[in-house]
Amino acid sequence: MAKIWVFAEVEESGKVAVSALENLAKARELGDAEAVALGPGASAAVATLGEHGAKKVYVSDDAVFTDFVAQPSAFALWKLVEQHQPDMIIFGMDYDSRDIAARLAASNGSTIMGNATDVLGPDKAQTQIFGGTKIVDVALGGPNPKIVITRPKSFEASPVGGSAETEQVNVEIPDNEKKAKRVERHEEEAAGVKLEEAKVVISGGRGLLDPKNFELLEQISKAVPNSAVGATRAVVDAGWVPYSMQVGQTGKTVKPDVYIAAGISGASQHQVGMKESKRIVAINKDPEAPIFQISDLGIVGDTMKVLPALIEELNKRKG
Amino acid sequence: MNIVVTVKQIPDPNVAPQLDGNRLKRSGVAGVLDPGDEFGVEAGLQIAAAHGGEVTVVSMGPPQAMEAVRKALSMGAAKGMLVSDDSLAGSDALHTARVLAEAIKKNGFDLIISGVESTDGYTGVVPQMIAALLDIPMATFAKSIEINGDTVKINRQTEKGYDVVECPMPCVITVTAGVNEPRYPSFKGIVEAKKKPVDEGGSPVSGDSTSQNVESINDAPQRGAGQVVEDDGTGAAKIADFLAEAKVI
Repeated sequence: MAKIWVFAEVEESGKVAVSALENLAKARELGDAEAVALGPGASAAVATLGEHGAKKVYVSDDAVFTDFVAQPSAFALWKLVEQHQPDMIIFGMDYDSRDIAARLAASNGSTIMGNATDVLGPDKAQTQIFGGTKIVDVALGGPNPKIVITRPKSFEASPVGGSAETEQVNVEIPDNEKKAKRVERHEEEAAGVKLEEAKVVISGGRGLLDPKNFELLEQISKAVPNSAVGATRAVVDAGWVPYSMQVGQTGKTVKPDVYIAAGISGASQHQVGMKESKRIVAINKDPEAPIFQISDLGIVGDTMKVLPALIEELNKRKG
Repeated sequence: MNIVVTVKQIPDPNVAPQLDGNRLKRSGVAGVLDPGDEFGVEAGLQIAAAHGGEVTVVSMGPPQAMEAVRKALSMGAAKGMLVSDDSLAGSDALHTARVLAEAIKKNGFDLIISGVESTDGYTGVVPQMIAALLDIPMATFAKSIEINGDTVKINRQTEKGYDVVECPMPCVITVTAGVNEPRYPSFKGIVEAKKKPVDEGGSPVSGDSTSQNVESINDAPQRGAGQVVEDDGTGAAKIADFLAEAKVI
């Protein structure tokens, strides 16, 4: 049986990153799934990781793994790899994970496959290119472990009710790996439904013309239960709304029941983050906008007229 | 300060990408300096202006990638390096990092700046690999950069907000889009760029250029376009009906 590791980011409370649980669902299909969790909260995360199919979890609660960014984790993983020789390590696309995966791959001489949408075996992964219009199967050679970074929501997290054995990680981290120090943390989590978990996502792009028009999307969101507001990279880069609202390649991946794209042309950058939505509604003045090619309902018209009318309509129906 | 900025030429993102066999078609396709790298070049120029020193841009790519190097020079970088060799076509991230790290070592460095990820490949791991290969630390996903003496202080993007991270130099910084406002090359800059030195003496390094083998490329199942209608004043009602049918209102 292939030995497949999943790197699990954990919070101090023991909460495990969703990406790790998604990746475990795939890892346990491919072979013996094991997880690595480093930093405060790691021991507390073992139960959850076991429930999701990890047979063994390598843990250390040492704060060195969170006080310093990426390097200590990459170094410890490298040592663990030498000892235990996994065939593959799967990472999520979270910030720390990407840094750790890259550093580990370079130290170990492993090839790394980013943006994977599926893992087909201990030495094979799948990705999508050109805005998700082409599927590419890639065989991974070179030294083990093969390293794969998966896109969010590539697999469905599901507990299988197992329990994991715990193995303590005892790796001395040299001073040279303790350089980039995390001195402050700022959390700007928006209130309300999380974008990735919303049943309905209403996103806006350049077609909204002005940052203040995002207020219209907020009003629609108020009228629709379990909904959240998203945005395109263009308007995030322009500083209209915070990065936490960005949907797309470099932002969040969402798969809601309904995705409403308001004033969004549908660049492939954006489509990658939303095209797996169950249903898509688009409003755009340009009938040639690529977003209409993937929409279940497309309204060709003035976004700034349709949105106020929609708010009125929704409030009327609410009674 | 000796500042190195990595840059990449990518096929114009406004033109539909094409395949050449199992690789992204690059030859005969209009290329541009990766828009993500413009933020890196701008960050380097601002640091050099504030703290002294100069910016060297380093790139790996086919000969036509010289255009991207020249664009960075026209923004104000002092000199360039382009490593170009047929054997490097189709290199994976690790080998790309090996080649760039070697070139950077040859040039010398106090600070290395890269975009977070390329706009054609989006793997986003080459800068961290360069840091590992040069055995230096890194400050990644920077939303803002401050230099205090020998220390780099950044606001680092996180899932929930940002962290403040301090990192001693020499180090690698990766910058997010929006970290600054990249300047447009001036006419004078464009003229001067043609005379600035570009070292093309870099050579391939040992190791396989890639450990990845594309086995197949297939069309993804397409979701069909549904109903597209002109808004005649009933567009909003149609959307509301659609939401009701989907049972989300």
